[in-house]
Amino acid sequence: MAVSSPTQTTQLMNNVDAVRATLYDAMKNDPRTVILGEDVGARGNVFLITKDFSKEFGPQRVIDTPIAEASIVGIAVGMAMEGLRPIAEIQFADFIYPAFNQIVGEAAKTRYRSNGEYTCPLVIRTPYGGGVRGALSHSVSIEALFYHVPGLKILAPAFPADVKGLLNAAIDDPDPVLFLEHKKTYRLIKGEVPDGHYTIPIGKANVLKEGTALTVVSYGLYVHWALEAAQQLADEGISVEVIDLRSIRPMDKTAILQSVEKTRKLLIVHEDNKFGGIGAEISAMVAEEALFSLDAPIRRHCAPDVPAMGYAEPLEHEYMSSPAKIADAMRELARF
Amino acid sequence: MAKTDTKGKKIERNGLSDEQLRAMFRNMLLQRQLDNRGFQLNRQGKVPFALGSEGHEALQAGAAMAFHRGKDLLAPYYRDLGLALGIGLTPYEILLSLFARAADHNGGRQFPNHYSSKAAGLMSFSSILAAHIPHAVGAAYAMKYRGERGRAVLVTCGDGTTSEGEWHESVNFASIHKLPVVFLVENNLWAISTPIEHQMGQPEIWKRAAGYGIPGHRFNGFDPIETYGNVNEALDRARSGGGPTLLEGMCYRFLAHSTDDNDMTYRTKEEVTEHRKDDPVPRFERVLLDHDVMSGDDVEQLKRDVLRETNEATDRAEAMPYPTAADLYTHLYEGAWQPWQ
Repeated sequence: MAVSSPTQTTQLMNNVDAVRATLYDAMKNDPRTVILGEDVGARGNVFLITKDFSKEFGPQRVIDTPIAEASIVGIAVGMAMEGLRPIAEIQFADFIYPAFNQIVGEAAKTRYRSNGEYTCPLVIRTPYGGGVRGALSHSVSIEALFYHVPGLKILAPAFPADVKGLLNAAIDDPDPVLFLEHKKTYRLIKGEVPDGHYTIPIGKANVLKEGTALTVVSYGLYVHWALEAAQQLADEGISVEVIDLRSIRPMDKTAILQSVEKTRKLLIVHEDNKFGGIGAEISAMVAEEALFSLDAPIRRHCAPDVPAMGYAEPLEHEYMSSPAKIADAMRELARF
Repeated sequence: MAKTDTKGKKIERNGLSDEQLRAMFRNMLLQRQLDNRGFQLNRQGKVPFALGSEGHEALQAGAAMAFHRGKDLLAPYYRDLGLALGIGLTPYEILLSLFARAADHNGGRQFPNHYSSKAAGLMSFSSILAAHIPHAVGAAYAMKYRGERGRAVLVTCGDGTTSEGEWHESVNFASIHKLPVVFLVENNLWAISTPIEHQMGQPEIWKRAAGYGIPGHRFNGFDPIETYGNVNEALDRARSGGGPTLLEGMCYRFLAHSTDDNDMTYRTKEEVTEHRKDDPVPRFERVLLDHDVMSGDDVEQLKRDVLRETNEATDRAEAMPYPTAADLYTHLYEGAWQPWQ
């Protein structure tokens, strides 16, 4: 986060407020900025993030698109190639699949395939994640599907101040950025957000809590639960270090390795499926570069290998982790 | 088609000067020569792959003549050699692409015929059919948003591409916002090995325009003058705020899909021969001769010039260096590539 001076003023915001305030400033400050997506205009987005934007900035800058995700992203790519700074919204991350080629095959490759002649400064925002009874098609995590793709950047901040700083960085970035907003944190998580324009560097993790017994790496909603679990363990005399990745691609390898070399134990916690997830890549990287610093096998506490969480409460409960489940995973690794 | 090839009748020019007619013919000859060169170089083992546009010459020469250089944008597909030439790319640039040399606009990264040139207004595109159509529409939106009257986007595709969902999504969006874009379908009746009747139940693509509430026209794409007239009118409408148009130019793919394709496994020699009777290149040559736009000597001289230009461009491009191994790692993001950072 940007260095706060003692005189810097802040506002208490939740994550929705932080996204909204940042988008508002971007629209206010740069006439090249346009927002396009389903129900972003008169409705002001299904979470009211762009409420009244259409009135203030006009429907030509806050574009209610047809229900057609591939072309929401594809049109935004064309706008970006022709000098606008589009912010495309996919209403729920679950709906991003029709746009897969436009993100992976087009946006991520525009600069590369044209040898730098054309660029694609594009932000794709989308709410993801569960714990809100979202069922199979309003709850998924999509990061692992895009994580494999060079040319993309993927951000998943958990705190309002990080949301603002990283969304500003994404908007300023000359390349395509996939900006993931955990929908359960939208109104649940509040925090002080500095006034004025600031950015947080893309690719920098945040050590939220220092510790000595083990390292927990997480992002999104589970960062908050990991912190809660770490507090419980502190009461039991186990000191846990908690790292919030914030940026999934590029990833802060240095922060992870430094922490693991100190604590000698690594637990990765994420809401996305375990198999082929972000944790798999972190595990491989730590195994390649810091195996002999480890005192225990790397552990991953992630979602089971099923398509998504079911609508029925017990199905969602079984799929999702919790502070208690994360605390158990921490205790088990600490005991090893 | 009859209106331009009957000797003695006044030529229907659609406002084109003699010089423009000759320029279109030159483009057509150059297309055929460069197409031929790509296949030759492939058979000589000098390039791994080539794509031909043979049969599309008139359509592309005519459409390119309607393009306003320095203002309009072209969002083409991979069978648009003549459009690339017609908006200003040189044979040398085409051959750099064929040979995958470092000096190619794409740095030798893309397949041949996947041109891009920001200077020429030619938008970068991939091999994924219809993926470029929303890009054209997004660029047209940017033009309209900035109030840039007098600019438009010409986006092309083959008949097969109109089966893609993004084709529909793009035309629909352009219609909603009355965007300055012309959708030009180069209907050559074949989508690699799939004939048009297996591609769509209703084979007159231009008729879909009615469903979008925009103008639609079909024309003879073997006639560059008729093509020019249709594309020019549509682009002018787009440039002056009149919204999008769907155009369908009828042509034929004389060659296989690419150097890696044998079209005799799915169509007959007789069918190709039948269409060859309407070959647009000798046909337009006759029109120019019959109407004294060019003499026989002029035509022969032009053919020699085009061959010489192609030979010189071939030698020059072939002599250029490949990209180096280090070039694999550039232009992924702004700045240097750092895995995992």
